[in-house]
Amino acid sequence: MADPMRIRAQATGDKTTVRVLMAHEMEGGQRKDAAGKIVPAWFIQEVTATHNGKTVLTAEWGPAVSKNPFLQFVVKGAKAGDKIGVNWKDNRGDTRSDEATVS
Amino acid sequence: MQSRRQALKKTAVVAGLLATTSLFPQFAFAAFNKDAFDAKSVADALKALGAGAPTESKDVSITAPDIAENGSVVPVAVATTLTGVKSMLIMVEKNPATLTAMFHMTDSVDAAFSARVKMGQSSDVYAIAIMNDGKVLFAKKEVKVTLGGCGG
Repeated sequence: MADPMRIRAQATGDKTTVRVLMAHEMEGGQRKDAAGKIVPAWFIQEVTATHNGKTVLTAEWGPAVSKNPFLQFVVKGAKAGDKIGVNWKDNRGDTRSDEATVS
Repeated sequence: MQSRRQALKKTAVVAGLLATTSLFPQFAFAAFNKDAFDAKSVADALKALGAGAPTESKDVSITAPDIAENGSVVPVAVATTLTGVKSMLIMVEKNPATLTAMFHMTDSVDAAFSARVKMGQSSDVYAIAIMNDGKVLFAKKEVKVTLGGCGG
């Protein structure tokens, strides 16, 4: 099981800025290890964000997203106390879901 | 002794089996557009997504550093003020695979995203907005990389 994400959701007016820091290796599949073998790609492929359970954003990522990915997006109409959930799935089928409350 | 034709037939069957079984589980997601993420150029990636030729637009903006000292962490922000955006894309032209990230919009989010990407070498970075009416708009910015982030 992967480490938890750090999610921060801050409301300003009727918009909420969400910042997510995910813990993931994001191996690009280009790098070689000490023995000269290519390290196989291992990266987050799909990201879904929800606002009070309703999906507001889906994203597809390639291996060129940095290690321990950072993502920032803005949710309209989310106010303090609402729940923002983020869920990812990597190319090995691992998933992780975390939730934060808008402040 | 089997003929060449039989041998070829068998090879084809085996190849077919390999393709359909779970030997490549990372490509099994229906939603993940592998062709687009394998594409080697901006035009190829857009073609794989079924989008048309891009036109430059000042309504799309990209924020990235002029010089990135560390190519493995380059902060990129893409945004557009337009409405009716279907998805926003980040592409790095000279990376081994051009398409880096693709965000599918809903009405509940602003067309503004920030993320950090890896860059193998100095290259143009594209912010691309695919509109609901099929138009493809882009903005680009050159980012110089002093230390590459793909490979070792």
